[in-house]
Amino acid sequence: MHDIYIEIFNKLGIPTVLAEITWPVIPFIFVAILLILVVIFLVLMERKVLAWLTVRKGPNRVGPFGFFQTIADAIKLLCKEDIMSKDTNKILFTLAPMIVFAPIMIIYGLMPFTEKFVAINLAAGLFLVFALSSITTVGIVLAGWASNNKYSLLGGMRSAAQAISYEIPLVIAVLSIAVLAGTLNLSDIVIAQAGGFSDGAFFSWNVFSWNIIPAFIGFVVFFICSIAEVNRIPFDLPEAESELVSGYNTEYSGMKFALFFLAEYAAMFIMSVLIVTLFLGGYLSPFSDYLSVTLFQNIIHNQNILYIFMHIEQGFWLIAKTYFVIFIIIWIRATLPRLRADQLMSFAWKFLLPLSLVNLTIVAVFKYFSTLMNG
Amino acid sequence: MYISGYGILIAFILFSFAFAAAALIMSFLVQPKAPGINKEKTYECGMKPFGDSRIQFDLKYYLYALLFLIFDIEAVFLFPWAVSYNKLGLFALVEALIFIGILVVGLVYAWKKDALKWQ
Repeated sequence: MHDIYIEIFNKLGIPTVLAEITWPVIPFIFVAILLILVVIFLVLMERKVLAWLTVRKGPNRVGPFGFFQTIADAIKLLCKEDIMSKDTNKILFTLAPMIVFAPIMIIYGLMPFTEKFVAINLAAGLFLVFALSSITTVGIVLAGWASNNKYSLLGGMRSAAQAISYEIPLVIAVLSIAVLAGTLNLSDIVIAQAGGFSDGAFFSWNVFSWNIIPAFIGFVVFFICSIAEVNRIPFDLPEAESELVSGYNTEYSGMKFALFFLAEYAAMFIMSVLIVTLFLGGYLSPFSDYLSVTLFQNIIHNQNILYIFMHIEQGFWLIAKTYFVIFIIIWIRATLPRLRADQLMSFAWKFLLPLSLVNLTIVAVFKYFSTLMNG
Repeated sequence: MYISGYGILIAFILFSFAFAAAALIMSFLVQPKAPGINKEKTYECGMKPFGDSRIQFDLKYYLYALLFLIFDIEAVFLFPWAVSYNKLGLFALVEALIFIGILVVGLVYAWKKDALKWQ
């Protein structure tokens, strides 16, 4: 992509420096379109799945199967009056939704959606993902404080306490992945999960070398913590509707509220992508080879077309696994009640943190002996 | 290799804030504006809000912040260890176990002192 872009500029006679400077716009546009499409689909999916789980129909008026419901909601929110109460801190009140939303958009750029679809491929990618996702908490606390509303402030503080408590088991669970892969580059972490258990027809399937097998406890810890990090039921105390009237965003309306909403769903998707990337083999096919390549290699001999097919299939596997994870998250929302504040904190500190340390020890020992055996 | 790619990251930071700002500005241009004295009140279940919300806050939140600081620094220290674990061998394994063990002692201490109890 990058080479083609530079080449177009060269043909038009525009200096290469200008091409290099304007280049980041292209991946950003891709990422922005992806984010918006994902959120539009995800909101509808959540409402539909929740409806089906409680034997209702869900949105079914706007468009076929209520398909345009989210778009209608988005346009409604865009055209709503933006109310700011006179006690708020106006600058921080406006800045807070941006601080919540922007880091999540950057994380979209860091994720390897296929082998080549990585907008920002960094050596410290994984580290950066957590650095960025904790900035979101700052935005939420800021929103709570700037609103000058008792519910908002309480929601913001609860959110901060929850986010920092659950971040520690989360990061320690991720350390086990860094031990297994030996790198923090997200693309390399995915590639390290290829190859299977050993040679042979069945055991060479990629599914046997996914990180979930040695780091199963880590997967469970990470899964629970990532639900808590994106403030979803059963960990949605920061925005508990029944007691805090939706917490930190009580005072928000119109587009500012929409940004919080967008950020929440975008974060839910990207956390699921992260779970898939770290534990479930990312864009890799669960089998030893890509299905499209195996099926078409005798019919189509053009390597380039096969290459394109392979990329489409990688995207397909990632999306399929991600939506499976998201489905489980929605299922949990429909099943479990909200935790109490003290249960929430003691669960993180007294259960998940020791468990994540146990996981790290197991993985370190496993890795030591597996490298010893493989030489 | 370790430096390349950060330019595009900086561009992404700028663009994503611009994206959020653009959404707010677009909404600002199309929305109706009808301010009223009741709209400007802070929400408090329909009552007139009494007192300011920026009061002295409970200490327990800060206790968790302190604990977080300790364990997050632990995690940051462990990251370079985790990445180069493969090259360091048995020495790294034993050393990390000692390091984790010391922190577990800290956790047990905080636990016994009821610092992890939400009052």
